[in-house]
Amino acid sequence: MSIIETVNANQIEAQLREFIVENFFVEDELDATESLTDAGVIDSTGVLEVVSWIEDTFAVTVPDADILPDNLDSIARIVRYVTGCVGA
Amino acid sequence: MPELHPLLAIDLAVEADRIVDAMRRSVRGTMKRKGAVLGLSGGIDSSVCAALAVRAFGADKVMGLHMPETDSADETLELSQLMADSLGIDTALENITPILEGAGCYRRRDDAIRSVIPEYGTGWRSKIVLPSVVESDSFRVFSVVAQPPEGDPIKVRLPLQAYLEVVAATNFKQRTRKMLEYYWADRLNYAVIGTPNHQEYDQGFFVKNGDGSADFKPIAHLYKTQVYALAEHLGVPGEICRRPPTTDTYSMPQTQEEFYFSLPYDRMDLCLYGMDHGMSPAEVAPLVGLRTEQAERVYADIVGKRKAARYLHLSPQLVGSAAEDHTA
Repeated sequence: MSIIETVNANQIEAQLREFIVENFFVEDELDATESLTDAGVIDSTGVLEVVSWIEDTFAVTVPDADILPDNLDSIARIVRYVTGCVGA
Repeated sequence: MPELHPLLAIDLAVEADRIVDAMRRSVRGTMKRKGAVLGLSGGIDSSVCAALAVRAFGADKVMGLHMPETDSADETLELSQLMADSLGIDTALENITPILEGAGCYRRRDDAIRSVIPEYGTGWRSKIVLPSVVESDSFRVFSVVAQPPEGDPIKVRLPLQAYLEVVAATNFKQRTRKMLEYYWADRLNYAVIGTPNHQEYDQGFFVKNGDGSADFKPIAHLYKTQVYALAEHLGVPGEICRRPPTTDTYSMPQTQEEFYFSLPYDRMDLCLYGMDHGMSPAEVAPLVGLRTEQAERVYADIVGKRKAARYLHLSPQLVGSAAEDHTA
């Protein structure tokens, strides 16, 4: 990952953490690799909220086939997915 | 109708007597109500509950309500009347379509569908569906399937706001039915019987303050295949026992697996049983014809649904003690 990519990934993670704290009423103490579903942070409706946040914030469309735990079930995975979508 | 698996075997006569005794003690003894009201859907759960209520209170103390609406299947009223006739109970027909129209149920739902399928209009039919847990490890998020009067169905994933609106509007149906059940219960001095089976109660397959509301739930502890076995024991007509479980809520035919559960009910029973009795997914998988990783996904889906069901089961929360304990 280049320096620019790292900076952008850090910015995305900061935005994401702010969204999660404000939207799911949790403290910002989540480990980046912790499962958001196992931790009880998001349920199936929460997944839709995360998808909507990605689409609205980064002006991308999340295809149905991408709505997978591999892409969306931790902060690190979401950051990686968004980074790939926006070509950061 | 699937055979009752040996793991789920119960003495049907003993179980029926136990439920009937509990219904009498609770409804007459605790609630001081004279009989029972319940909605009849033409399905197995309400039919079994009606038969148990008749055993508990007598046919002249059970009131069955037919509450169809415009999206109900044609056979719903026919089968629910068949059940009422077989028991010899009084019934009332309450077509809830005008109430739903007045509340904007159909308009609100259709507006939400049109937000993702702009051409959706008069004569179209629709339902919402989930992806299979068994076939995919994707998150289970709803899509709407809409079919024009002449043409193939269109399937589109529902974004958050459209999903919430479709569900909120559709929930008018279950809440309207419950309102009418309590109207009849109040005017007859009866109790309302709720009809969820164990799968539905455990995994939150009900609408809060809709079909989730009742005074007594006689089969909430029974697995679905046990309910079928009890139906046969109680003499529920074969046409009802053979009817595939359906939500009967959307205008397109919809199975309960498409809408909620991750497996057909007989296999879901065994997964629930296994999970609650300390069996690993690897042990349950061969019982239900799945690979271990598929059974693991079913277990995860059950865990997720139980988490979501906590809110549905939650009583109104108080800041502190507000009255004497009325439940004692």
